[in-house]
Amino acid sequence: MQPALRPSPKPENCFHCGQRVPATGAVPQARLDGRVRYFCCAGCEAVSRFIHSAGLGDFYRLRATNSGRPDDTSGRDSLALYDEPAMQSRFVRPLGGGVLEAELVVEGMTCAACAWLIERAIGQVPGIESAHVNFSTGRARVRWRDGAARASQVFSAVLDCGCKAWPFETGRMEFVQESERKAALRRFLVAALGMMQVMMYAVPTYIAGEGEITPDLASLMRWAGLVLTTPVLAYSAAPYFRNAWIELRSWRPGVDLPMCIGLGAAFTASVASTLAGSGAVYFDSVTMFVFLVSGARYLERRGLERAGRSLQRLAALAPAHARRLPESGESELVAAVELKPGERVLVRAGETVPADGVLASPEATVSEALLTGESRPVSRITGERVVGGSINTGDAFIVRVTDVGADTVLSALRRMMESALDGRAPSVELARGISVYFVLVILAFAAGAAIFWSQADPSRALWIAVSVLIVTCPCALSLATPAAMASALGALSRRGIVIARAGAIEALAGVTDFVLDKTGTVTQGRMRVQGVIELGSLGASECLALAAQVAWESPHPIDRAIIAAAPEVRSDPEARRSRHAGLGIEALVGGRRVRLGSAEFCRELVRSEKPSIAESATSTAWLVDSRGWIAAMRIGDPMRAEAQDAVRELQERGVKVHLLSGDDPQLVTQVARELGIAEAHGAATPDRKQAYVQSLQALGARVAMVGDGINDAPVLAQADVSIAMGEGADLAKARADVVLVSEDLRSIAQAFGLARLARSVIRENLAWAFAYNALVLPLALTGNVSPLAAAIAMSASSLVVVANALRIR
Amino acid sequence: MDILFLLIPLSLVLAFAIGWAVWFAVGDGQFDDLEGPALSVIADDDDPR
Repeated sequence: MQPALRPSPKPENCFHCGQRVPATGAVPQARLDGRVRYFCCAGCEAVSRFIHSAGLGDFYRLRATNSGRPDDTSGRDSLALYDEPAMQSRFVRPLGGGVLEAELVVEGMTCAACAWLIERAIGQVPGIESAHVNFSTGRARVRWRDGAARASQVFSAVLDCGCKAWPFETGRMEFVQESERKAALRRFLVAALGMMQVMMYAVPTYIAGEGEITPDLASLMRWAGLVLTTPVLAYSAAPYFRNAWIELRSWRPGVDLPMCIGLGAAFTASVASTLAGSGAVYFDSVTMFVFLVSGARYLERRGLERAGRSLQRLAALAPAHARRLPESGESELVAAVELKPGERVLVRAGETVPADGVLASPEATVSEALLTGESRPVSRITGERVVGGSINTGDAFIVRVTDVGADTVLSALRRMMESALDGRAPSVELARGISVYFVLVILAFAAGAAIFWSQADPSRALWIAVSVLIVTCPCALSLATPAAMASALGALSRRGIVIARAGAIEALAGVTDFVLDKTGTVTQGRMRVQGVIELGSLGASECLALAAQVAWESPHPIDRAIIAAAPEVRSDPEARRSRHAGLGIEALVGGRRVRLGSAEFCRELVRSEKPSIAESATSTAWLVDSRGWIAAMRIGDPMRAEAQDAVRELQERGVKVHLLSGDDPQLVTQVARELGIAEAHGAATPDRKQAYVQSLQALGARVAMVGDGINDAPVLAQADVSIAMGEGADLAKARADVVLVSEDLRSIAQAFGLARLARSVIRENLAWAFAYNALVLPLALTGNVSPLAAAIAMSASSLVVVANALRIR
Repeated sequence: MDILFLLIPLSLVLAFAIGWAVWFAVGDGQFDDLEGPALSVIADDDDPR
């Protein structure tokens, strides 16, 4: 039920976004269209007030879903940047006559009503010529007169609606893509229209009895067919003829060649019969064939575009501007491209991190959802990496930029996905190679049939040859692999799995053994306090607080873990901390000497033997003062929560799982036992890891190595497939075939399952394509398939292949 | 049946007219967004602002 219909004195949900209104304190409210409305926050209130004041209150009636809660829309001061000439040159194009056009990406639209709303809101800005918002693609195209309106006003209007907008940098590529898409649609529609109308002229001649159609009527219908088939062939089929010509000239016969020979022969023969006034015409077959093929290619193109759109989304993630923070003074707004490594940037709440860097503030909460698909915000502490494109979900923080432009994770991911899309997988190459020979065989068969039938029954020779050419067109064969690959790539990237090498999907499908690295793969790769054993009178949190005071700002991972686990402590200025490398830290806290570190180091201070505690494979940090032992803290690298499930899922799929690590063997065995892994090897150096994988391969295993992608370079290179699972920022440097951006171990099993599905789909498709050809070729050779039936059968076989590939999702 | 001698050429003219309309519609971007315009019809534009 819409809140708008309920005159409720005690509202529960926000009028704008539908979230709960705060139970206590002042509820933001506004009198709108004569009614008092309540909101969850001032942001929703401001947006709703704007919508009503612009006379667009209809929005609340039209919308199908609640609107998104506006994020911090205070980014208005940054809008002036869009009026800078340098910035404008990147997304505004002059149309002539003083009219400018820009395309924006709009984020936050939840239903078509939002598109309507934004369109109106932009249209109300004075000087705007036209505004069109496309809900399906999430883009807005705006035209305005230069001087009468400014780009910043457009962005501001979108912000007023509670959505966000950024410039869509139309490269030439995009422009070309759009005109190509339009041309493909036109070709298909022209063919469809021609096909329908030509059928009207053809079907009567099939069903009429002897002498029912007078010769001059038949002649008229032939001429009508010719008039309609000519544009279909000349326009809709033009690309196929162009391709066939290229194939012919380079002596690489492909799919288009036999198709065009068939089409050309059928059309020429039909024209001859039309001119002669007698004989068979095949205009119906020709138009039907062009219609089906252009339809199939249009759909294929749409599928590829959808895969490409996720790339564009990655590109759009990086914000256009940043708040540079000079060493002294206020932050200044600059274009993100002007940032240099080493500079500091301020990221306010709700803003997007403009470049890769390390956190300079004590802590931060960011959402890497758009990057990894993981919606849960992650927290970062000083010195940890923050990836450009992640959104600040907590308080403002400062980032010291380390990488900009092409060096960022975002750019690296995009490059990886692009090269995987462009690259040709071995099986695609193979299918291409096979179809070359296949085409030659078809041409030979068609020529043979033509020669044989011209002796046996000259009146049937031509159409039998045409049928052979059309019905055996290797479209299904050449589509079998690429269709499945494109489908699998899309399905994987939706799950946060990036395929960086074209052949990786096939290699992954054949894997028999998964070798997992421990640190950073099955474990979180970050030290945490796993338990505090109280040895004195202090409670656990007091112990941690004391330890944190001693460890204050120490960069050592174990100390960082203690500081992270401790309740907030204020630095004691009196504390004189002295670090003893490899041993621990001593400090003066409240006038007494306290030591934190190894048992040896602590014993020197207390002069008594350490209390016996249960043996454990994790590291232990001790805390003492001169009076006695205070606590022992277990610090380890905890296992990922989903590790057990992930290993089980892999084992259920029938593969063997191994665990390799450079860590203490005892610890590795313990982890392996918990995970249910039989094969575990500790104390493995990079060389030994590589040798281990090599020995598995010598026994015939196909090995997938899962690591963090950087420390394990040799072993990753040795494995048949390398899978990198990284803390976001390291992915840019990772050299792996498959990259798990989602940081969820279970996605390995998902990727494996999808790869296997893709492999079986490819096999089914190839089997189907060969079986189809084996079945129809003899039928066509013996003159049992008419050209029309051939056109339908061939297209149906291609559609089966494409539909089968779409099962991978 | 003589009427067919008029109707068949007429159907050709019609086919070309539809072809031109489709051509124009594609160029005009009418197939770009299949969702938004459906909604704009029921929106009131009475407020002249």
